[in-house]
Amino acid sequence: MPSDVAARAAIPRDADTPVIEIDGVAKSFDGVPAVDDVSLVIRRGELFSLLGGSGCGKTTLLRLIGGFERPDTGRILIDGTDMADVPPYARPVNMMFQSYALFPHMTVAQNVGFGLRQDGVSASERRRRVAEALELVQLVGLDARKPHQLSGGQRQRVALARSLVKQPKLLLLDEPLAALDRKLREQTQLELVRIQSQVGITFVMVTHDQEEAMTMSTRIGVMQAGRIVQIGAPGEIYESPVSRFVADFIGAINLFEARFVRNDAGRAVLVCAAAGAELMVGQPIAAAAGDVVCIGVRPEKLRLSRDAVGLGANRVAGIIQDVAYLGGQSVYHVRLDRGLVVRAAAPNLDRRGGAGLAVGERVEVSWSPDAAVALSE
Amino acid sequence: MRPRALTPGQGAVVALPYLWLALLFLVPFLIVLKISVATGVVANPPYTPLLEDGRLQAHLGNYAMLIGDDLYAVALLNSLQTAAVSCACCLLIGYPLAYGIARAKPARRGALLMLVILPFWTSFLIRVYAWITLLQANGPVNGALLVLGLIDEPLVLLNTPFAVYVGIVYTYLPFMVLPLYAVLEKLDPALLEAAADLGSRPFRSFLTVTLPLSVPGVVAGALLVFIPAVGEFVIPELLGGSETLMIGTVLWNEFFNNRDWPLAAALAVALLVLLVGPIMAFQHYRADAAPPSVH
Repeated sequence: MPSDVAARAAIPRDADTPVIEIDGVAKSFDGVPAVDDVSLVIRRGELFSLLGGSGCGKTTLLRLIGGFERPDTGRILIDGTDMADVPPYARPVNMMFQSYALFPHMTVAQNVGFGLRQDGVSASERRRRVAEALELVQLVGLDARKPHQLSGGQRQRVALARSLVKQPKLLLLDEPLAALDRKLREQTQLELVRIQSQVGITFVMVTHDQEEAMTMSTRIGVMQAGRIVQIGAPGEIYESPVSRFVADFIGAINLFEARFVRNDAGRAVLVCAAAGAELMVGQPIAAAAGDVVCIGVRPEKLRLSRDAVGLGANRVAGIIQDVAYLGGQSVYHVRLDRGLVVRAAAPNLDRRGGAGLAVGERVEVSWSPDAAVALSE
Repeated sequence: MRPRALTPGQGAVVALPYLWLALLFLVPFLIVLKISVATGVVANPPYTPLLEDGRLQAHLGNYAMLIGDDLYAVALLNSLQTAAVSCACCLLIGYPLAYGIARAKPARRGALLMLVILPFWTSFLIRVYAWITLLQANGPVNGALLVLGLIDEPLVLLNTPFAVYVGIVYTYLPFMVLPLYAVLEKLDPALLEAAADLGSRPFRSFLTVTLPLSVPGVVAGALLVFIPAVGEFVIPELLGGSETLMIGTVLWNEFFNNRDWPLAAALAVALLVLLVGPIMAFQHYRADAAPPSVH
């Protein structure tokens, strides 16, 4: 897969040693599996995201790493050491909680210094490191405030400083940005990436927000029903999703049910009755003739044109049913002649509304074989 | 921003507690205050009127008597000590109890709380009488100790200070448990996880996180136990011995046995003033130190 190269490049060079190895870990609550046979290796310096909808087990997996839950089966190794009998307070791991869990009766400085105090760090050293941590998160001068005197964004930074100040081998972040408003969240995403590269600590982040995961992560693990269904760099997850679930969860995608015909010259040829066209995928598919295969194409990879060149592979005709103007781009819903509706996105290249296509116009929708991907169920 | 004028409906709602306080606290207090500055006589009512022939008859002789006679100071100190020790016992027993209930599964908390409140369904007097039966020489407590071989002959438990402590701690324990539970139940478990995450062992987390955050509950519980325990007179009367001297019992005796209403009233006023101090301190503490809850 071509995006593999991009994935490797995104991981820091000294990243060969695993910080954490998760081996066949399962955990269920009252007989309901929350994490189901997960194996995962995260390397030093990564910013790894666990991405999934609510109830997919991502937070449970994070809590298993932090030691707040014990796995039913399987092993978790941190820096090569089995964590089976290591309680949370003895793990070289710190966690930033979704609610931040700041101690309401302590000042900012006491909150940040709490972990150092537990380790018996001297008062002067503690002051120095707390000041350093507060500088890192740009909270200088707020040492004496209590949490209830801070804004949401400031609390988030205190929580981050508190979990970073002990310089853990691994920082776990549970939906670190969920409580912030949109604008602040986008700023903080980049801020977190800057801090992560500055301190060089491996981050494992749980999020349900695919944009957040795409923006920040070196790699993403997509979770569904307690299992990790795909691990890869953001580009790999987006461009080569392994399943319908992943394709649908990360961004929008057009799905075509098609009958496999043959592999031909490194390409697969299929026939889609719903689209009324022959489809071509840029790589061979392991299927027998007549098998139904699901083909996915991202909306921005569809081309719309008024001039029909005649029917061929990946070339279908329809009528524009709806146009959604989103500022930077417009999304067109095209009803194909056989009734199927596809989504196409096009950048608005000029101020007249991009392609200048209007509702009711007849267009041809086409895409390159390399734009399409075959998906498992 | 200027406060808006209240609508008649709002005014009525606000006025209701004031009316309640005026009728059931202020008016009785003023009556007691009036009696406390009168002189005792053998008559009905057994005290002189405030105004006689248009002249004010008030004097502070009853208060002077309270200060002059050691009995009252000793009884008060005794009461304060008994209340303080009982309060400490209630805290020591009540804290783990409240903590346990707050940490139980949510479905079971209601039932456990019910068990704490259950004794209130029986008359207070009957429960104190039950302790007389339990503690007497041939009662179940002595019987159990004898059977276990821990003692050779029955202990004298009844009519001792010990019995008074047992009675007060037993009676007032729920008043300690309930406010503590209210505070501990609201404590965010994530705070303890955060403490553990930052390297704190469970006991240290308790000392550095749970305990400081439960102080409002401790203060509320302590006052709810301490204040009524100081004035308690039924329990020392029924369970205590003749040497048990408590201010509530003294007050009772002055009032009913000696029929010295003015002196009893003066004692009641003095006791009230001494106890209002801690209540004001508590209110001040609550207004001052309690931070708004942070989520």
